[in-house]
Amino acid sequence: MMAAQNVKHALFCAIITLVISYPILGLKLEAAGIRVVLTGADASTLVAIVAAAVAVFVFQLFRDTIFKGLGRLPSFSPLANREPMSQEKRARVESIALILLLMAALTWPFFASRGSVDLATLVLIYVMLALGLNVVVGLAGLLDLGYVAFYAVGAYTFALLHQYFDFTFWQALFVGSGLAAFTGMLLGFPVLRLRGDYLAIVTLGFGEIIRILLNNWTQLTGGPNGIGGIPDPTLFGMEFGRRVKEEGNISFHEFFNIPYDSNHKIIFLYLIALVLATFTALVIRRFMKMPVGRAWEALREDEIAARSLGLNRTSIKLSAFTIGAFFAGFAGTVFASKQGFISPESFVFLESAIILAIVVLGGMGSQLGVILAAIAVTILPELAREFSEYRMLIFGAAMVTMMVWRPQGLMPVRRIPIKLKKAE
Amino acid sequence: MLEVRNLSMRFGGLLAVDQVSLDVQEQEIVSIIGPNGAGKTTVFNCMSGFYKPSGGQIIFDGKEIQGKSDHKISLMGMVRTFQHVRLFTKMTVVENLLVAQHRHLNTNFMAGLLKTPDYRERERKALDRAAYWLERVGLMDLANREAGNLAYGQQRRLEIARCMVTEPRLLMLDEPAAGLNPAETRELNQLINSLKEDYNVSVVLIEHDMSLVMEISDRITVINQGRPLAAGTPDEVRNNDDVIKAYLGET
Repeated sequence: MMAAQNVKHALFCAIITLVISYPILGLKLEAAGIRVVLTGADASTLVAIVAAAVAVFVFQLFRDTIFKGLGRLPSFSPLANREPMSQEKRARVESIALILLLMAALTWPFFASRGSVDLATLVLIYVMLALGLNVVVGLAGLLDLGYVAFYAVGAYTFALLHQYFDFTFWQALFVGSGLAAFTGMLLGFPVLRLRGDYLAIVTLGFGEIIRILLNNWTQLTGGPNGIGGIPDPTLFGMEFGRRVKEEGNISFHEFFNIPYDSNHKIIFLYLIALVLATFTALVIRRFMKMPVGRAWEALREDEIAARSLGLNRTSIKLSAFTIGAFFAGFAGTVFASKQGFISPESFVFLESAIILAIVVLGGMGSQLGVILAAIAVTILPELAREFSEYRMLIFGAAMVTMMVWRPQGLMPVRRIPIKLKKAE
Repeated sequence: MLEVRNLSMRFGGLLAVDQVSLDVQEQEIVSIIGPNGAGKTTVFNCMSGFYKPSGGQIIFDGKEIQGKSDHKISLMGMVRTFQHVRLFTKMTVVENLLVAQHRHLNTNFMAGLLKTPDYRERERKALDRAAYWLERVGLMDLANREAGNLAYGQQRRLEIARCMVTEPRLLMLDEPAAGLNPAETRELNQLINSLKEDYNVSVVLIEHDMSLVMEISDRITVINQGRPLAAGTPDEVRNNDDVIKAYLGET
């Protein structure tokens, strides 16, 4: 039976199709004399749009019948009706898949374009940031809106130490993340008692303080002009530039006697980011299984019960802030090295918001989900570049859709079963 | 073992607890009863460090503990439950028991990252202890379920198990039988008795279920409107005129 309601719904869907195709395909309305003309598409595109709208209309109109018909068909998918995998098998399959993925990630930059490797480095930086924030927000349940401050501390530590004391990337990596961790602890102290909205506001303020400090302390940080000339990482003292910048170093291509290729530098940075991101993921993964990881989650679930069981709120919250900030420092150092130039503009509130969005989209507390979301959130806006000014609109719409239909995130946390021996 | 002397707790103009005294010996079950709003839970909150009492002393094992922070009191061996079940609902049943054993574990970061022998040994012991108590309260088959998905009675039992894995010396139970059916209450009765007999734990109990209280308590303290009304063995309390008046009203 075809109710009037069906017709109305189908019509609505068809109109939405027309409306959406307008921005997505980059059509424009222009005034030509007294008439309004649609530009930006040739006749075939317009025909395709109309055809799509008609297809949507017909499909929606007969939706019930179509689905009923589909339901009667035998299932073609070999994956359907299969027993779910046992826990051990699943874990094994997952670890093999992860290793293959890692191998692919190690080799592909040698075949990929310069631009995509550069983008991939950025993705990995966001992976590190998101994994770090996941500790604070996802596991410990402390809503931190100023996370970018630690990222800034890491980046500026490298830039300043290089400018004033000639530190190299590797030296700065540890000083930078150490200092970021220390800043994290400092922030942790005053906000120990706060939860939820209050905590969010204080951390937001903290993030702004750091940014404004960097902006206004002109003698030290160069203020809005930023700091340039930040060196690339070296490989055992080998530089990747055409000419050696520092006395005593030798360049990579001369050492191996190969022709100079500017891609080497990009690939090397990518590999460093990959190693650091993997390190971050593995260390946090271990933390999650350690007593402190369980304590974070317990504190998130029920602080009062946790305290009644003898958990020290102070040290556990501080450890979450410190560890989260440490990895932001990692990401900051890599970022400074990748850009070669940093200014307070890279560390605005929007960055914090994006990192938080990654954590929420991925599924709070879930590492794999967060990594996937970091990839999606960084790459999608790049892929959508053709949509020009509608890019952010699409990005926002995707996020809203995601939250409505899958509020638990891309890959919600799966609890790992623990085998128990029966007591004798 | 535990001695509460003239405990008072004032919230602004309201004197919620006024000069309450209480003592608990080794291996003893002491109940606190009283009408709703009498201040029983406030006494608990003072004892467990959630409130800082306005007056009086709380002495545990010869040390004054009033005003100490809650987790420190817990680490001394006084562990409590709550009127409403407070489990870590999104964590599994075993994880709930492992979190509770934080004090028994090696919480050094480096030890955990490097999995030192001591770290592994303690994790293993914690798992064994968890397994033992799961078996004891009959939740072994549900070990890897999320705690929030358990039935109410099971959640109550898990909460007690979670206290017991900390190996406390004094257990404070705040209305453990609330919301349980008669069969479950009987089980609880046996469990609490066995905690005292088999595990040398003293119990302080707040409870409204009078048959449970009268059956298992060694001594009972009655509080009314924040003030101590009577104290003594179940029989003495049952026949005390003031108590009857407070519960049944004056005739």
